[in-house]
Amino acid sequence: MIFRSKSTKDTMKFAKEFAEKLKPGCVLGLKGNLGTGKTQFVKGICEHFDVKEVVNSPTFILVNEYEGTYGEAKKFRIYHFDLYRLNSAAELGVIGFDEYINKNSLVLIEWPELAEEYLNRKVDTVRFDYGAGDDERVIEVVTE
Amino acid sequence: MEKDKLYILAFESSCDETSVAVLQDDKVISNVILSQEYHTAFGGVVPEIASREHLRKIVEMTDASLKKANIEMKDIDLVAATSEPGLIGAILIGLSFAKSLAATLNKPFIPVNHIQAHLYSAFINDTQPEFPFIALIVSGGHTLLILVEDFFKHKILGTTIDDAVGEAFDKVAKMMGLGYPGGPLIDKYAKDGDINFHEFPISVIKNSKYNFSFSGIKTSVLYYLRDSNFQANRNDKLISDISASFQHAAIKTLYSKVRKAAKEFKVKDIAISGGVSANSYLNQMFKTLEKDRYRIHIPELIYTTDNAAMIGITAYYKYLASKDKDYFSKESLSVKARPRLDFTNF
Repeated sequence: MIFRSKSTKDTMKFAKEFAEKLKPGCVLGLKGNLGTGKTQFVKGICEHFDVKEVVNSPTFILVNEYEGTYGEAKKFRIYHFDLYRLNSAAELGVIGFDEYINKNSLVLIEWPELAEEYLNRKVDTVRFDYGAGDDERVIEVVTE
Repeated sequence: MEKDKLYILAFESSCDETSVAVLQDDKVISNVILSQEYHTAFGGVVPEIASREHLRKIVEMTDASLKKANIEMKDIDLVAATSEPGLIGAILIGLSFAKSLAATLNKPFIPVNHIQAHLYSAFINDTQPEFPFIALIVSGGHTLLILVEDFFKHKILGTTIDDAVGEAFDKVAKMMGLGYPGGPLIDKYAKDGDINFHEFPISVIKNSKYNFSFSGIKTSVLYYLRDSNFQANRNDKLISDISASFQHAAIKTLYSKVRKAAKEFKVKDIAISGGVSANSYLNQMFKTLEKDRYRIHIPELIYTTDNAAMIGITAYYKYLASKDKDYFSKESLSVKARPRLDFTNF
């Protein structure tokens, strides 16, 4: 599925709709260059799950943690990773990556290639690319 | 030995650095840092090696820190360590080691929030800020504007809603192919550049006067490089001009919001910490506030990036401020599920 976004607002709207398909236990990869809207997309997903904290980039600290609400009142953790600055899959073991993946957490991973290598499987992925105009983005959902 | 003073042994291991410090009350007597900065083409730090090194070196570093301070383990009165926020793998090394040590020595253990420690690093200076003051924490991971009314009475006024300011510096440096770490390189090139070369826009955030956004300026630099055919025309003068223009826009937004907050909350003291506080243009711009009788407090570089001295000084004030000192005596034996990453206990 391909979605053409005309603005960050558009990307948010699409992310909120997309989030309806997600639930605790899911792992989602987000691929795309700098400034293509990955963090914006995470903001949209978090808004859908009623996250109260500010959602921002985890590039330096590697992972942000938020509390989401699923269904009527079920609280769960959302882990927002950015593996941009890691160099090898083995590093994920050391930062405690396994601890974060479980049936009660939703794991969203920017630059997920090393996570796929570490988990030894492909994960469902959303790809982001620049569009024709400066504000346009092409968003593609790839289901494994 | 002055036995009316408290000797504090402090540990920091929340992310890339491991550090051990000894303080006598609020005075730092040793601060040993094992930094794992690798200048890779990819740009970044290697946590795997970092964590393994940290685990291997922590005993050695503790010995070195005590030796430098010229005291022995038995002289220690309090043990402190970063307990949150941070990476689970990294934080547990320092935290578990410090807790075991406190339990063995039968001394109180003080858990310290890493972000609070950045804030209290301003108290390491001889001239300490007076309450209330405005604190700005600017690094690769954080951009926070905080009103500090008293010890451990803080109000977060603003944060970044996307990229941290240090992250924007590093990403812009990477786009221009400058290498790592990018912040100091932008600073260096900008010295020979023209701040008016190009106007990079800073996003205006609706409904929030103190939040920051640095994602938009990063993207606008990216478009500028693409549209001006930067790669073909790349030279030092061009890099300097782009660096100066970008840096001006980024630092100006920090300056404007701090100034606005200082006016609104009628404070005279401003404390700036985190790696970006070493930026020379930031120093220059904030120093201009001194003519309006503001007092600017910026810790030395060694205390402003991740270090254990700031953990120690925070633990000292936390211990003094606490009514129930027995709580800390039991703390070394408590088991918590996991260090959290958010600011719940801030």
